[in-house]
Amino acid sequence: MFDKTLAELAQGLTNGDYSSVELTEAYLARINAEDSQYNSFISITDEQALSQAKVADAQRAAGNAGVFTGLPIAHKDIFCTEGVKTSCGSKMLDNFVSPYNATVVEKFNSAGAVSLGKTNMDEFAMGSSNENSFYGPARNPWNTDCVPGGSSGGSAAAVAARLTPAATGTDTGGSIRQPAALCGITGIKPTYGRVSRFGMIAFASSLDQGGPMTRTAEDAAMMLNVMAGFDPKDSTSLDRDVPDYTADLSQPLKGLKIGLPKEYFSGDLNPSIAASVQSAIKEFEALGATTKAISLPNTALAVPAYYIIAPSEASSNLSRFDGVRYGHRCADPVDLEDMYKRSRGEGFGEEVKRRIMVGTYALSEGFYDAYYKKAQQIRRLIRQDFIDALKEVDVIMGPTTPHPAFKIGEKTANPIDMYMEDIFTLSLNLAGLPGMSVPCGTTEGLPVGLQIIGNYFAEAKLLNVAHQFQQATDWHQQTPANISTSGKES
Amino acid sequence: MSLDSTDVQKIAHLARLQINDADVAGYANSLSDILGLVDQMQAVDTANVEPLDNPLDAVQRLRVDSVTETDQRDQLQTVAPAVELGLFQVPKVIE
Repeated sequence: MFDKTLAELAQGLTNGDYSSVELTEAYLARINAEDSQYNSFISITDEQALSQAKVADAQRAAGNAGVFTGLPIAHKDIFCTEGVKTSCGSKMLDNFVSPYNATVVEKFNSAGAVSLGKTNMDEFAMGSSNENSFYGPARNPWNTDCVPGGSSGGSAAAVAARLTPAATGTDTGGSIRQPAALCGITGIKPTYGRVSRFGMIAFASSLDQGGPMTRTAEDAAMMLNVMAGFDPKDSTSLDRDVPDYTADLSQPLKGLKIGLPKEYFSGDLNPSIAASVQSAIKEFEALGATTKAISLPNTALAVPAYYIIAPSEASSNLSRFDGVRYGHRCADPVDLEDMYKRSRGEGFGEEVKRRIMVGTYALSEGFYDAYYKKAQQIRRLIRQDFIDALKEVDVIMGPTTPHPAFKIGEKTANPIDMYMEDIFTLSLNLAGLPGMSVPCGTTEGLPVGLQIIGNYFAEAKLLNVAHQFQQATDWHQQTPANISTSGKES
Repeated sequence: MSLDSTDVQKIAHLARLQINDADVAGYANSLSDILGLVDQMQAVDTANVEPLDNPLDAVQRLRVDSVTETDQRDQLQTVAPAVELGLFQVPKVIE
């Protein structure tokens, strides 16, 4: 039963094959028995989950069940959940039991979903390997010596290990797509503003976007139907109709125009990742799509521009953690400044401090034009590359990452080595475009991700393209060798 | 652009971050590397390019200035490090 998708589990609940309580108990037992290998959860919320499951079963018995009623999921620990520790992977918030729900959490609760727990992540979503978590690294189920990617590494590992059928994630520079690629699952970062940021602990507000991490495109569409929509509590939320993302999944791809940016197939790209992506593109051609060589000439500038814009916004956002109203406070402060400095020095980990300092420097007097303003100008050039390209093609494809999952500890010595892992994903956040990663192969026993990029608000098109690929291939059904998916239906 | 230990101490003070003495040299190195990376931007002519701060060119949405939230002070202060009489307590600021 642990190999079933959300759509299949929804059908099982409808058929009465099992109750939500039985399903929830089975997943909780599996997490409690197996997560010590992966460290993918920070909190397992047995009690709340079972009480949500009971409510869901009662709703079903009363004839009031919706599509999501009784389905178990997990939330990245960046989403505030009322009455549950919401740590954001940081010592700073290790003692923070949120007094309110994020809008995304509220929407899943209203839809009748069951939250199994909160997943591991890089501290404040800053990282590409999950090694920057106060709770220790999550591990990749395909090879537990390897990272699951980050920052939504716990969500990706938990879905890949079949500890939850799906999870929420957030993506500021690739934090849904990169771990999805490294763990062999499906993930979509929607258009900026499509999913509410209220109660999603802020890293870089002009880039942050929540989205689903699932086994299939169909499940991602089901999740996005719950997550997307206008929220007056988020000042950059889009006030725009939300389509039914499952409606167009079955559209044929005949005539689809795929752009292949030359910059995504050069440089430091692992040759077997390139080969897997090329095979995937052949598969799309067999489905009736055509390809066109395109160029995104400012691709290489995405990393430098991102590493000014994201840290600058982070240095501002993270100034709220001062030991006054919530979070870590140092012992015996001698005065207010001592309290600020030691609370922050003790509460934040190394990479978070590094990015706060980069941002503080970039925004400081005399340097603003050379760094922040320059990066925002480059941001416009990067966006224009995509706008021009998407006049010629329907979607853009390439690898999600330049390399497969790397060993834990392999890239921690030099932060820039880690930053370069996001070279293909960062530019979408700068442009605000939706992007998705789907499994398209393996190399040396590790999954390879295909990135599919679409125009603004084209999530339904991306999900359609991904779903058709998943109807024609079985990469998304492959399971790490050591994972058992059988299990009694409790 | 290369930063030394004095620069790191100054930036850390501006950010109100305590950095252990043993870590200052390491931060000077990694911050210098990052600034070296971002200096690639300087080679690009952006003289006539408007900065982009919202990818969808959205402008700040305004709402009617009316009360929409109820008083949740007690609930919000349950997570505070130190509270007295409904106020957040901090070390003495004025002698």
